[in-house]
Amino acid sequence: MTDDHVYLTLAQGDHEAEARWAYGTGFADPLLGVDTALAPDVDGADLSRYCLMLGDDALVLAQRLIEWCTHAPELEEEVALANLGLDLLGQARMLLTRAGQADGSGRTEDDFAYWRGEHEFHNVRLVEVENGDFAHSIARLLLFATARLALYTEVAERAPDQVLRAVAARGAKELAYHQEYAAGWLLRLGDGTAYSAERMQAGLDAVWPLLDELFTAHEAELRLGLDPAELREPVLTELTALIERATLTVPQLPPLARVGGRAGREGVHTEALGRLLAELQAVAREHPGATW
Amino acid sequence: MVSTLPVRDAAEIAGAVPDPELPMLTLAELGVLAGVEQQGAAVTVWLTPTYSGCPAIAEMAADVAHRLRDAGFTGADVRLRLDPPWSTGLITEAGRAKLAAAGIAPPGATGSAGPRGLLQLGPTRRLVHCPHCDSSDTEELSRFGSTACKALWRCRACREPFERMKEI
Repeated sequence: MTDDHVYLTLAQGDHEAEARWAYGTGFADPLLGVDTALAPDVDGADLSRYCLMLGDDALVLAQRLIEWCTHAPELEEEVALANLGLDLLGQARMLLTRAGQADGSGRTEDDFAYWRGEHEFHNVRLVEVENGDFAHSIARLLLFATARLALYTEVAERAPDQVLRAVAARGAKELAYHQEYAAGWLLRLGDGTAYSAERMQAGLDAVWPLLDELFTAHEAELRLGLDPAELREPVLTELTALIERATLTVPQLPPLARVGGRAGREGVHTEALGRLLAELQAVAREHPGATW
Repeated sequence: MVSTLPVRDAAEIAGAVPDPELPMLTLAELGVLAGVEQQGAAVTVWLTPTYSGCPAIAEMAADVAHRLRDAGFTGADVRLRLDPPWSTGLITEAGRAKLAAAGIAPPGATGSAGPRGLLQLGPTRRLVHCPHCDSSDTEELSRFGSTACKALWRCRACREPFERMKEI
Protein backbone atom coordinates (compact mmCIF):
# COMPACT_ATOMS: atom_id res chain seq x y z
CA MET A 1 0.00 0.00 0.00
CA THR A 2 1.50 3.28 -1.03
CA ASP A 3 -1.02 5.86 0.02
CA ASP A 4 0.49 9.30 0.53
CA HIS A 5 -1.64 10.05 3.52
CA VAL A 6 -0.54 8.55 6.80
CA TYR A 7 -3.98 8.55 8.45
CA LEU A 8 -5.61 7.02 5.39
CA THR A 9 -2.95 4.33 5.30
CA LEU A 10 -3.63 3.51 8.94
CA ALA A 11 -7.39 3.52 8.43
CA GLN A 12 -7.04 1.08 5.55
CA GLY A 13 -5.34 -1.36 7.84
CA ASP A 14 -1.74 -1.34 6.68
CA HIS A 15 -0.59 -2.62 10.05
CA GLU A 16 2.56 -4.19 8.77
CA ALA A 17 3.85 -0.70 8.12
CA GLU A 18 6.00 0.85 10.83
CA ALA A 19 4.12 2.59 13.58
CA ARG A 20 3.63 6.16 12.48
CA TRP A 21 3.75 9.12 14.76
CA ALA A 22 -0.02 9.40 14.75
CA TYR A 23 0.02 6.38 17.06
CA GLY A 24 3.38 7.08 18.61
CA THR A 25 6.62 7.08 16.77
CA GLY A 26 8.04 3.69 15.75
CA PHE A 27 11.06 5.87 15.29
CA ALA A 28 11.79 5.83 18.96
CA ASP A 29 15.46 6.63 18.70
CA PRO A 30 16.12 10.34 18.09
CA LEU A 31 19.72 9.42 17.23
CA LEU A 32 18.77 6.69 14.72
CA GLY A 33 21.75 5.60 12.69
CA VAL A 34 23.97 8.37 14.03
CA ASP A 35 27.56 7.29 14.66
CA THR A 36 27.48 6.89 18.42
CA ALA A 37 31.05 5.76 19.13
CA LEU A 38 32.74 7.46 22.05
CA ALA A 39 36.05 9.24 21.53
CA PRO A 40 38.80 7.08 23.09
CA ASP A 41 39.81 9.57 25.80
CA VAL A 42 36.27 10.31 27.02
CA ASP A 43 34.91 8.81 30.23
CA GLY A 44 31.45 7.45 29.40
CA ALA A 45 30.11 8.04 32.91
CA ASP A 46 31.16 11.70 32.85
CA LEU A 47 29.69 12.23 29.40
CA SER A 48 26.47 10.54 30.45
CA ARG A 49 26.19 12.73 33.54
CA TYR A 50 26.80 15.88 31.53
CA CYS A 51 24.18 14.89 28.95
CA LEU A 52 21.71 14.29 31.80
CA MET A 53 22.49 17.71 33.30
CA LEU A 54 21.79 19.50 30.02
CA GLY A 55 18.98 17.14 29.03
CA ASP A 56 17.16 17.48 32.36
CA ASP A 57 17.44 21.28 32.16
CA ALA A 58 15.78 21.13 28.74
CA LEU A 59 13.13 18.55 29.70
CA VAL A 60 12.03 20.30 32.89
CA LEU A 61 11.89 23.78 31.33
CA ALA A 62 9.98 22.34 28.36
CA GLN A 63 7.38 21.01 30.81
CA ARG A 64 7.11 24.40 32.51
CA LEU A 65 6.71 26.23 29.18
CA ILE A 66 4.05 23.82 28.02
CA GLU A 67 2.07 24.53 31.22
CA TRP A 68 1.34 27.93 29.66
CA CYS A 69 -0.88 26.27 27.03
CA THR A 70 -4.42 27.64 27.51
CA HIS A 71 -3.13 30.07 30.17
CA ALA A 72 -1.01 32.59 28.23
CA PRO A 73 -2.19 36.21 27.96
CA GLU A 74 -2.69 35.95 24.18
CA LEU A 75 -2.92 33.18 21.62
CA GLU A 76 0.31 34.29 19.93
CA GLU A 77 2.23 34.01 23.21
CA GLU A 78 0.77 30.60 23.87
CA VAL A 79 1.95 29.41 20.47
CA ALA A 80 5.35 30.99 21.07
CA LEU A 81 5.86 29.40 24.49
CA ALA A 82 4.75 25.99 23.20
CA ASN A 83 7.17 26.32 20.27
CA LEU A 84 10.03 27.08 22.65
CA GLY A 85 9.03 24.10 24.78
CA LEU A 86 9.03 21.86 21.70
CA ASP A 87 12.57 22.95 20.78
CA LEU A 88 13.76 22.14 24.30
CA LEU A 89 11.93 18.82 24.32
CA GLY A 90 13.67 17.86 21.08
CA GLN A 91 17.04 18.77 22.58
CA ALA A 92 16.20 16.78 25.71
CA ARG A 93 15.29 13.68 23.69
CA MET A 94 18.68 13.62 21.97
CA LEU A 95 20.62 14.42 25.15
CA LEU A 96 18.88 11.75 27.27
CA THR A 97 19.33 9.18 24.50
CA ARG A 98 23.01 10.06 24.32
CA ALA A 99 23.28 9.69 28.12
CA GLY A 100 22.01 6.10 27.90
CA GLN A 101 24.51 5.30 25.15
CA ALA A 102 27.46 6.95 26.87
CA ASP A 103 27.14 5.10 30.19
CA GLY A 104 26.70 1.78 28.39
CA SER A 105 23.40 1.10 30.15
CA GLY A 106 21.29 1.33 27.00
CA ARG A 107 18.63 3.25 28.91
CA THR A 108 16.28 5.15 26.59
CA GLU A 109 14.99 8.70 26.75
CA ASP A 110 11.75 7.33 28.26
CA ASP A 111 13.63 5.37 30.93
CA PHE A 112 15.28 8.60 32.02
CA ALA A 113 12.23 10.86 31.73
CA TYR A 114 9.63 8.60 33.35
CA TRP A 115 11.41 6.19 35.63
CA ARG A 116 13.83 8.27 37.67
CA GLY A 117 12.96 9.80 41.01
CA GLU A 118 13.33 13.43 41.92
CA HIS A 119 16.79 12.98 43.43
CA GLU A 120 18.06 11.40 40.23
CA PHE A 121 17.30 14.50 38.16
CA HIS A 122 20.31 16.74 37.53
CA ASN A 123 18.69 19.95 36.32
CA VAL A 124 19.42 23.33 37.88
CA ARG A 125 16.75 24.65 40.23
CA LEU A 126 16.14 27.66 37.92
CA VAL A 127 14.17 25.53 35.44
CA GLU A 128 11.98 23.73 37.98
CA VAL A 129 10.48 26.54 40.08
CA GLU A 130 6.82 27.38 39.45
CA ASN A 131 6.03 29.56 36.44
CA GLY A 132 4.68 32.44 38.53
CA ASP A 133 3.12 35.15 36.41
CA PHE A 134 4.03 35.90 32.79
CA ALA A 135 6.82 38.29 33.83
CA HIS A 136 8.36 35.63 36.10
CA SER A 137 8.31 33.15 33.25
CA ILE A 138 9.85 35.67 30.85
CA ALA A 139 12.58 36.51 33.39
CA ARG A 140 13.41 32.82 33.85
CA LEU A 141 13.45 32.26 30.11
CA LEU A 142 15.73 35.26 29.57
CA LEU A 143 18.26 34.02 32.12
CA PHE A 144 18.17 30.44 30.90
CA ALA A 145 18.26 31.20 27.17
CA THR A 146 21.09 33.73 27.49
CA ALA A 147 23.22 31.36 29.57
CA ARG A 148 22.35 28.25 27.54
CA LEU A 149 23.04 29.96 24.22
CA ALA A 150 26.50 30.92 25.49
CA LEU A 151 27.05 27.37 26.77
CA TYR A 152 25.87 25.61 23.60
CA THR A 153 28.11 27.91 21.56
CA GLU A 154 31.09 26.66 23.60
CA VAL A 155 29.95 23.03 23.65
CA ALA A 156 29.43 23.02 19.86
CA GLU A 157 33.09 23.97 19.46
CA ARG A 158 34.82 22.21 22.32
CA ALA A 159 32.91 19.23 23.68
CA PRO A 160 34.87 15.98 23.36
CA ASP A 161 31.86 14.17 21.86
CA GLN A 162 30.60 14.48 18.28
CA VAL A 163 26.95 13.88 19.12
CA LEU A 164 26.97 16.48 21.89
CA ARG A 165 28.65 18.98 19.59
CA ALA A 166 25.99 18.41 16.92
CA VAL A 167 23.09 18.72 19.40
CA ALA A 168 24.58 21.95 20.76
CA ALA A 169 25.16 23.42 17.29
CA ARG A 170 21.55 22.74 16.38
CA GLY A 171 20.28 23.94 19.77
CA ALA A 172 22.25 27.20 19.73
CA LYS A 173 20.31 28.42 16.71
CA GLU A 174 17.06 27.63 18.51
CA LEU A 175 18.15 29.25 21.77
CA ALA A 176 18.96 32.46 19.89
CA TYR A 177 15.25 32.70 19.06
CA HIS A 178 14.32 31.95 22.68
CA GLN A 179 16.58 34.69 23.98
CA GLU A 180 15.27 37.16 21.44
CA TYR A 181 11.68 36.35 22.41
CA ALA A 182 12.34 36.80 26.13
CA ALA A 183 14.38 39.98 25.59
CA GLY A 184 11.58 41.45 23.46
CA TRP A 185 9.12 41.04 26.33
CA LEU A 186 11.67 42.26 28.87
CA LEU A 187 11.99 45.47 26.88
CA ARG A 188 8.25 45.85 26.29
CA LEU A 189 7.29 45.31 29.91
CA GLY A 190 10.30 46.99 31.50
CA ASP A 191 10.11 50.09 29.33
CA GLY A 192 6.30 50.06 29.27
CA THR A 193 4.11 51.50 32.01
CA ALA A 194 5.13 51.99 35.64
CA TYR A 195 2.95 49.00 36.52
CA SER A 196 4.38 46.66 33.86
CA ALA A 197 7.91 47.71 34.88
CA GLU A 198 7.14 46.89 38.49
CA ARG A 199 5.85 43.44 37.56
CA MET A 200 8.84 42.73 35.27
CA GLN A 201 11.29 43.84 37.96
CA ALA A 202 9.55 41.56 40.45
CA GLY A 203 9.96 38.68 37.99
CA LEU A 204 13.68 39.36 37.61
CA ASP A 205 14.13 39.64 41.38
CA ALA A 206 12.35 36.32 41.90
CA VAL A 207 14.56 34.25 39.58
CA TRP A 208 17.87 36.09 39.93
CA PRO A 209 19.10 34.07 42.96
CA LEU A 210 18.79 30.92 40.80
CA LEU A 211 21.11 32.21 38.06
CA ASP A 212 24.41 31.40 39.72
CA GLU A 213 23.83 27.65 39.72
CA LEU A 214 24.22 27.69 35.92
CA PHE A 215 27.83 28.78 36.38
CA THR A 216 28.71 26.37 39.19
CA ALA A 217 30.76 23.56 37.73
CA HIS A 218 30.08 19.90 38.41
CA GLU A 219 33.18 17.71 38.50
CA ALA A 220 31.95 15.67 35.52
CA GLU A 221 31.94 18.68 33.19
CA LEU A 222 35.33 19.84 34.43
CA ARG A 223 36.76 16.42 33.55
CA LEU A 224 35.29 16.86 30.06
CA GLY A 225 37.23 20.11 29.79
CA LEU A 226 34.21 22.37 30.07
CA ASP A 227 33.87 24.95 32.86
CA PRO A 228 30.61 26.93 33.01
CA ALA A 229 32.23 29.43 35.40
CA GLU A 230 33.97 30.91 32.35
CA LEU A 231 30.55 31.97 31.07
CA ARG A 232 29.58 33.93 34.19
CA GLU A 233 31.15 37.22 33.16
CA PRO A 234 30.05 37.34 29.49
CA VAL A 235 26.51 36.23 30.36
CA LEU A 236 26.22 38.79 33.18
CA THR A 237 27.49 41.48 30.81
CA GLU A 238 24.86 40.59 28.25
CA LEU A 239 22.04 40.36 30.80
CA THR A 240 23.07 43.68 32.35
CA ALA A 241 22.96 45.41 28.96
CA LEU A 242 19.50 44.02 28.24
CA ILE A 243 18.09 44.82 31.68
CA GLU A 244 19.42 48.39 31.60
CA ARG A 245 18.07 48.83 28.11
CA ALA A 246 14.67 47.87 29.53
CA THR A 247 15.14 50.64 32.15
CA LEU A 248 15.14 48.05 34.94
CA THR A 249 17.65 47.34 37.69
CA VAL A 250 20.04 44.39 37.77
CA PRO A 251 19.07 42.65 41.04
CA GLN A 252 21.74 42.66 43.75
CA LEU A 253 20.67 39.44 45.39
CA PRO A 254 22.80 36.58 46.72
CA PRO A 255 22.52 33.12 45.09
CA LEU A 256 19.99 30.71 46.55
CA ALA A 257 21.80 28.69 49.22
CA ARG A 258 23.05 25.21 48.43
CA VAL A 259 22.06 22.40 50.80
CA GLY A 260 25.11 20.85 52.41
CA GLY A 261 27.09 22.05 49.39
CA ARG A 262 24.67 20.40 46.99
CA ALA A 263 22.04 21.73 44.60
CA GLY A 264 20.17 20.68 41.44
CA ARG A 265 23.15 19.12 39.67
CA GLU A 266 23.60 16.81 42.69
CA GLY A 267 19.88 15.95 42.83
CA VAL A 268 18.90 18.37 45.60
CA HIS A 269 15.84 20.25 44.38
CA THR A 270 13.10 22.57 45.50
CA GLU A 271 9.75 21.01 46.29
CA ALA A 272 8.39 22.28 42.96
CA LEU A 273 10.20 19.52 41.02
CA GLY A 274 8.33 16.71 42.76
CA ARG A 275 4.96 18.11 41.71
CA LEU A 276 6.17 18.70 38.16
CA LEU A 277 7.44 15.13 37.86
CA ALA A 278 4.22 13.72 39.33
CA GLU A 279 2.36 15.19 36.37
CA LEU A 280 5.06 14.39 33.80
CA GLN A 281 5.38 10.75 34.87
CA ALA A 282 1.81 9.85 35.86
CA VAL A 283 0.65 8.21 32.63
CA ALA A 284 3.84 6.23 32.06
CA ARG A 285 3.73 4.90 35.63
CA GLU A 286 0.04 4.01 35.58
CA HIS A 287 0.52 2.00 32.39
CA PRO A 288 4.01 0.50 32.59
CA GLY A 289 5.31 -0.72 29.27
CA ALA A 290 2.56 0.97 27.28
CA THR A 291 3.62 2.60 24.03
CA TRP A 292 1.94 5.59 22.50
CA MET B 1 9.51 -14.24 -14.74
CA VAL B 2 9.21 -10.54 -14.24
CA SER B 3 12.29 -8.75 -13.00
CA THR B 4 11.77 -6.73 -9.83
CA LEU B 5 15.14 -5.02 -9.89
CA PRO B 6 14.99 -1.30 -9.16
CA VAL B 7 14.85 0.70 -12.34
CA ARG B 8 14.89 4.19 -10.87
CA ASP B 9 17.68 5.88 -9.05
CA ALA B 10 17.35 5.67 -5.26
CA ALA B 11 18.44 9.27 -4.72
CA GLU B 12 15.77 10.45 -7.12
CA ILE B 13 13.07 8.44 -5.33
CA ALA B 14 14.12 9.51 -1.83
CA GLY B 15 14.52 13.13 -2.88
CA ALA B 16 11.05 13.24 -4.46
CA VAL B 17 9.23 12.30 -1.22
CA PRO B 18 7.07 15.27 -0.14
CA ASP B 19 7.64 16.93 3.22
CA PRO B 20 4.77 15.99 5.57
CA GLU B 21 4.28 19.54 6.87
CA LEU B 22 5.08 21.44 3.66
CA PRO B 23 3.83 18.99 1.03
CA MET B 24 4.52 21.42 -1.81
CA LEU B 25 8.24 20.77 -1.19
CA THR B 26 10.17 17.58 -1.71
CA LEU B 27 12.75 16.49 0.85
CA ALA B 28 15.49 17.35 -1.66
CA GLU B 29 14.08 20.87 -2.12
CA LEU B 30 13.83 21.33 1.66
CA GLY B 31 17.49 20.34 1.97
CA VAL B 32 17.01 17.54 4.51
CA LEU B 33 18.28 14.78 2.20
CA ALA B 34 21.87 14.55 3.39
CA GLY B 35 23.08 11.56 1.41
CA VAL B 36 22.13 8.38 -0.46
CA GLU B 37 24.24 5.29 -0.99
CA GLN B 38 22.98 2.61 -3.31
CA GLN B 39 24.38 -0.88 -3.66
CA GLY B 40 22.25 -3.14 -5.82
CA ALA B 41 18.85 -3.47 -4.17
CA ALA B 42 20.14 -2.11 -0.83
CA VAL B 43 20.10 1.60 -0.17
CA THR B 44 21.03 3.80 2.79
CA VAL B 45 19.52 7.27 3.08
CA TRP B 46 20.64 9.98 5.51
CA LEU B 47 18.24 12.71 6.58
CA THR B 48 19.14 15.83 8.57
CA PRO B 49 16.37 16.88 11.01
CA THR B 50 15.24 20.50 10.78
CA TYR B 51 14.42 21.69 14.33
CA SER B 52 15.42 19.55 17.35
CA GLY B 53 11.79 18.98 18.26
CA CYS B 54 10.27 18.66 14.80
CA PRO B 55 8.03 15.54 14.89
CA ALA B 56 7.89 15.35 11.08
CA ILE B 57 11.29 13.63 10.88
CA ALA B 58 9.71 10.32 11.94
CA GLU B 59 7.21 10.45 9.13
CA MET B 60 9.84 11.58 6.63
CA ALA B 61 11.94 8.54 7.47
CA ALA B 62 8.97 6.17 7.22
CA ASP B 63 7.88 7.68 3.90
CA VAL B 64 11.35 7.38 2.40
CA ALA B 65 11.61 3.74 3.46
CA HIS B 66 8.17 2.94 1.98
CA ARG B 67 8.80 4.64 -1.34
CA LEU B 68 12.09 2.83 -1.75
CA ARG B 69 10.57 -0.54 -0.92
CA ASP B 70 7.70 0.08 -3.32
CA ALA B 71 10.28 0.85 -6.01
CA GLY B 72 11.90 -2.55 -5.48
CA PHE B 73 14.71 -1.80 -3.07
CA THR B 74 14.62 -4.69 -0.63
CA GLY B 75 16.90 -3.13 1.95
CA ALA B 76 16.03 0.51 2.66
CA ASP B 77 17.88 1.85 5.68
CA VAL B 78 17.10 5.42 6.77
CA ARG B 79 19.45 7.13 9.22
CA LEU B 80 19.85 10.57 10.71
CA ARG B 81 22.82 12.83 10.16
CA LEU B 82 23.09 15.67 12.68
CA ASP B 83 26.26 17.34 11.50
CA PRO B 84 26.28 19.79 9.79
CA PRO B 85 22.96 21.06 11.16
CA TRP B 86 20.13 21.83 8.78
CA SER B 87 19.75 25.47 7.80
CA THR B 88 17.16 27.32 5.75
CA GLY B 89 20.09 28.17 3.47
CA LEU B 90 19.79 24.56 2.21
CA ILE B 91 16.35 25.13 0.70
CA THR B 92 16.81 25.12 -3.07
CA GLU B 93 15.76 27.94 -5.41
CA ALA B 94 12.97 25.72 -6.77
CA GLY B 95 11.87 25.08 -3.17
CA ARG B 96 11.76 28.81 -2.41
CA ALA B 97 9.65 29.47 -5.50
CA LYS B 98 7.21 26.71 -4.48
CA LEU B 99 6.91 28.10 -0.94
CA ALA B 100 6.08 31.56 -2.30
CA ALA B 101 3.56 30.07 -4.76
CA ALA B 102 1.86 28.34 -1.81
CA GLY B 103 1.53 31.64 0.09
CA ILE B 104 4.48 31.09 2.43
CA ALA B 105 7.16 33.78 2.27
CA PRO B 106 10.51 32.00 1.83
CA PRO B 107 13.33 32.58 4.34
CA GLY B 108 15.99 35.21 3.69
CA ALA B 109 19.75 34.76 3.96
CA THR B 110 21.00 33.16 7.16
CA GLY B 111 23.48 35.03 9.35
CA SER B 112 27.22 34.65 8.97
CA ALA B 113 28.89 31.81 10.80
CA GLY B 114 31.17 34.25 12.62
CA PRO B 115 31.30 34.79 16.37
CA ARG B 116 27.98 35.72 17.93
CA GLY B 117 27.62 39.34 18.97
CA LEU B 118 25.48 40.59 21.81
CA LEU B 119 21.76 40.49 21.15
CA GLN B 120 20.57 43.71 19.55
CA LEU B 121 17.08 44.85 20.39
CA GLY B 122 16.31 47.10 17.45
CA PRO B 123 13.03 46.82 15.57
CA THR B 124 12.89 44.05 12.98
CA ARG B 125 14.27 45.44 9.74
CA ARG B 126 13.89 42.55 7.43
CA LEU B 127 12.45 43.18 3.99
CA VAL B 128 9.74 40.59 3.51
CA HIS B 129 7.57 40.58 0.41
CA CYS B 130 3.94 39.57 0.67
CA PRO B 131 3.53 36.24 -1.17
CA HIS B 132 0.07 37.38 -2.35
CA CYS B 133 0.63 40.91 -3.74
CA ASP B 134 4.44 41.22 -3.54
CA SER B 135 4.27 44.43 -1.50
CA SER B 136 7.16 44.97 0.92
CA ASP B 137 4.86 46.90 3.30
CA THR B 138 4.59 43.95 5.69
CA GLU B 139 4.87 43.43 9.44
CA GLU B 140 5.52 40.54 11.79
CA LEU B 141 2.58 39.50 13.97
CA SER B 142 4.27 36.68 15.83
CA ARG B 143 7.72 35.15 15.61
CA PHE B 144 6.16 31.72 16.21
CA GLY B 145 3.46 30.01 14.19
CA SER B 146 1.74 26.74 13.39
CA THR B 147 5.00 24.82 13.09
CA ALA B 148 8.46 25.39 14.56
CA CYS B 149 9.80 26.70 11.27
CA LYS B 150 7.24 29.42 10.52
CA ALA B 151 6.35 32.92 11.75
CA LEU B 152 3.10 34.80 11.26
CA TRP B 153 3.13 38.00 9.19
CA ARG B 154 0.61 40.45 7.75
CA CYS B 155 0.62 42.55 4.60
CA ARG B 156 -0.39 46.16 5.14
CA ALA B 157 -1.07 46.66 1.43
CA CYS B 158 -3.48 43.80 0.67
CA ARG B 159 -4.37 43.19 4.34
CA GLU B 160 -3.80 39.45 4.02
CA PRO B 161 -2.03 37.50 6.75
CA PHE B 162 0.64 35.05 5.61
CA GLU B 163 3.15 32.62 7.00
CA ARG B 164 6.86 33.06 6.59
CA MET B 165 9.64 30.56 7.01
CA LYS B 166 12.16 31.74 9.60
CA GLU B 167 15.87 31.83 8.96
CA ILE B 168 17.77 29.31 11.04
